[in-house]
Amino acid sequence: MKSFGYQRAQRAQDAVAALAATPGACYLGGGTNLVDLMKLGVERPELLVDVSRLPHGTVDRTASGGLMIGAAVRNSELAAEPVVRERYPVLSQALLAGASPQLRNAATIGGNLLQRTRCLYFQDIGKPCNKREPGTGCPARTGVHRELAVLGASPHCVATHPSDMAVALAALDAEVHVLGPDGQRTVPVTELHRLPGEHPERDTVLAHGDLITHVELGPVPEAVNSAYRKVRDRASYSFALVSVAAALEVLDGTVSRVRLAFGGVAAKPWRAYTAEERLLGGPATEAAFTTALEAELAPAEPLHDNAFKVPMLRNTAVRTLARLARSGGPTPGEEER
Amino acid sequence: MNGGGLGEPLARLEGREKVTGTARYAVDHPVDGCCYAWPVPATIAKGEITSIDCAAALAEPGVLAVLTHENAPRLGEVDDATLLVLQSPRVAHRGQYVALAVADSLEAARAGAGAVRVDYRAEPHDVVLRADHPGMYKPDKVNGLYATDRERGDFDAAYADSAVCVDEVYRTPALHNHPMEPHATTAVWAGDRLRVYESTQGADWVRETLAALFALPEEQVTVSCEHVGGGFGSKGTPRPQVVLAVMAARHTGRPVKLAVPRPQMAAVTGHRAATEQRVRIGADAEGRISALAHEVYTYSSTLREFVEQAAVPARIMYASPHSRTTHRVTRLDVPSPSWMRAPGECSGMFALEAAMDELAVACRIDPVELRLRNDTDTEPDSGHPFSSRGLAACLRDGARRFGWAGRDPRPGVRSEGRWLTGTGMAASCYPAQVAPSQAEAVAEASGRFRVRTNATDIGTGARTVLTQIAAEALGVPSQLVDIEIGCSDLPPAPVAGGSSGTASWGWAVHKAAQALAKELAELGGPLPETGLSVRADTAQDVADRSQRYARHAFGAQFAEVAVDMDTGETRLRRLLGVFAVGRVLNPRTARSQLVGGMIMGGSMALLEHSTMDPRFGDHAERDLASYHLAVCADVPEVSAYWIDEPDEQLNPMGSKGIGEIGIVGTAAAVTSAVWHATGVRVRDLPVRPELLLPGLGEWQVPNG
Repeated sequence: MKSFGYQRAQRAQDAVAALAATPGACYLGGGTNLVDLMKLGVERPELLVDVSRLPHGTVDRTASGGLMIGAAVRNSELAAEPVVRERYPVLSQALLAGASPQLRNAATIGGNLLQRTRCLYFQDIGKPCNKREPGTGCPARTGVHRELAVLGASPHCVATHPSDMAVALAALDAEVHVLGPDGQRTVPVTELHRLPGEHPERDTVLAHGDLITHVELGPVPEAVNSAYRKVRDRASYSFALVSVAAALEVLDGTVSRVRLAFGGVAAKPWRAYTAEERLLGGPATEAAFTTALEAELAPAEPLHDNAFKVPMLRNTAVRTLARLARSGGPTPGEEER
Repeated sequence: MNGGGLGEPLARLEGREKVTGTARYAVDHPVDGCCYAWPVPATIAKGEITSIDCAAALAEPGVLAVLTHENAPRLGEVDDATLLVLQSPRVAHRGQYVALAVADSLEAARAGAGAVRVDYRAEPHDVVLRADHPGMYKPDKVNGLYATDRERGDFDAAYADSAVCVDEVYRTPALHNHPMEPHATTAVWAGDRLRVYESTQGADWVRETLAALFALPEEQVTVSCEHVGGGFGSKGTPRPQVVLAVMAARHTGRPVKLAVPRPQMAAVTGHRAATEQRVRIGADAEGRISALAHEVYTYSSTLREFVEQAAVPARIMYASPHSRTTHRVTRLDVPSPSWMRAPGECSGMFALEAAMDELAVACRIDPVELRLRNDTDTEPDSGHPFSSRGLAACLRDGARRFGWAGRDPRPGVRSEGRWLTGTGMAASCYPAQVAPSQAEAVAEASGRFRVRTNATDIGTGARTVLTQIAAEALGVPSQLVDIEIGCSDLPPAPVAGGSSGTASWGWAVHKAAQALAKELAELGGPLPETGLSVRADTAQDVADRSQRYARHAFGAQFAEVAVDMDTGETRLRRLLGVFAVGRVLNPRTARSQLVGGMIMGGSMALLEHSTMDPRFGDHAERDLASYHLAVCADVPEVSAYWIDEPDEQLNPMGSKGIGEIGIVGTAAAVTSAVWHATGVRVRDLPVRPELLLPGLGEWQVPNG
């Protein structure tokens, strides 16, 4: 392992300054992903700037009726927060669907958003990977890709983003507060992650030194009736084959508000705008849900071994919406097993 | 607290040490002046090293040496070519070790390994198994020294004449053992004496191998394995890391620790080879089998031949007047397969029992009844009577406990919400084996007893059960017995493998303890100051066992699953097994072994899978995040029971091995339950959502 420096930042500005001064520096949150990647040799930082003790460890109500979530809040803390469980169940469920209790206790909200892909080629420095070493090629396309992308991939990369939480945040139109060398700005979660295109090495729109300090949620009234459904091989401690974050409000049989995002199928949380547009104002029926989902998934370009994700995702999304359409119906979690 | 006699649920003697973290595993032993080694794996699948540049590695701070085929000591001869590390520039598979960095710290060793530059001349490689592979050949023997092919009666004619025929191909993927403790070694030289702390299932075999490789008399080598964090067969014989550690310790003149990094384990510590198996069963309309053929195709590496004996159970399980069982193997440029829990039986009984379920459907006979109808008093292959055969009793008791009676055989008709549910069952079998062993029993002046034998406790409870065996033979409470195991300086004993450990070691312990009890009774007076010691060897006893009996354990397993109509996800709801395993010596540790095997079998059915990457020639899943083993959430309810089974033809305890039978048949019970739930027959493991989704259309959302 390459030797590296370690600093614990006391203030966000100090952390940003430390990164700005050192091109090979990285922020360290819970370390649940970064430390693994360092052990594998995928990440070789010169300096770790620990931002887990910055004063960003609380969840506060905002004046507009939403929530301001500190980036250093632990995944398990946010999942258990009563206001999140009541008003944004999709977010609590997504957090609890991720990883294991031990990892959720360590992982931070900011770090979770910036997880790297679990593509097996990305994690193996003995093999080519355009995301890890631009220009070396993508063996996944013709190799092992069962868990990889069916939407928004490019010839250069078919990686998926692994976070469950990010899918819920994308559905909720959360905004990321970023402190960078040039000051503060906000970035919608739906625009935080990039599709690979020509540059799969860039996971997000953040620049070196940009620090996520908070994640802000708006009031999102329909989120009261929301759910996260994760489909996976193993019942716990495994990444999504596909996942669905949905919120739905139905008035007189008609969809009055809807939010829909997918995980496990693209390099970013996939906000299903096409489906949302088709659903809005239409009947809250399985047939209508299906039509909307077919339209959303029409551009899917699955590979040899992951074509199953398209019908699996369609079915999962339709079923999740159908459950939400039945007011007071059971949440998917309660029907497990 | 009970007396801890045989048959009582004595808790593991080392349990407290293990859960409090004080139990020492192979690289936990503190040694002075220790250094650390990190291996360098080959990055081609076949070819030759053209040059190795170690300059940058040696320049890393703390790096003491880099061993390669150019400077490593020459090794003596052993049969297993995977152990002849760093002896030649040839590369037989991706991940094979080509160099070893040794350094003052683990971190420096890893950095050194990463800085070694190896250039290769790669050759085209061939890593994909197919039954029609041109390299398929008939090996002389298969694993376990069983005959490669067996033929009884006239299979072809009988099959052609059968009223009902099943002819299907089943596939099992490569699987990895992945014990929690990786393969690991601490090697210490003191002059010409070698001391090795090793994670192994058998220290004697390691000692013998190291003595041969390093040209030492065996007396100068001590191998110990006080605690072992699982092996599942992959530690049955020495693996390359022990050879590397000993080499490095000799080269540097310092003790060396080497634990195989998890991502390297898949390539150098063994795996269960993938198989393709064709099963044909011909029966009359009542399900009575006339013709049975089981043809197995598998692979081994170019380094050594290991042939998964998957067709062997078909020679044992059911009356079948006309039978053909064959094995063919091809050599590929892949990591070497080896033993994994119930090699042969586990893969083979998946195919055979899955085919039996298909026969039951074809004959419209209940699958439990089908097996009862084909029960047999004599082993079909040998014609010998079984020393005991509790299959029918297990089937009946299991069906009763599971609530099998009245099961609606129709597939795809039960649902609860969006879950389709179903049940299935399969039989289990495993040979009751024994090997010669020695043991010493000592009566100490203190009034305590000491028992010594080189048994290995790989987490099974062997240490505890051997204590109970000794206590019973001595007629004293187990608390008065101290046991020493896990060191090659102790009386020789066989490996913890083939579910034969307790029978083999226990027999020797029993014999020594019984002889000591007799001497004590005859002594009359007080013990001498030095105590009294008796040594026993069972070589003759084992050889004298009657050759006229077939000895096997049997079982019946039942599974209930639920399959999500929308996603094809399969979740286990229940596993229930009933086993006929002779006398159960400790119900607590026995249940743990049986339940553990069943969980591993359920994991094999639904999750475990190593993908051979044809481009690179390695298995893609090399950590516990991507190689999916069942976790707690996957295993809601698992129960194991056993029947009373007296058997005088086994050993003085009357026990059969229980370490492996639990995994045998589980996967077939699960795939049968999946069929019962969905109507979809999965013949390629594991059962994945994509295999079920196309067949679930009728329950799914309407199109448009």
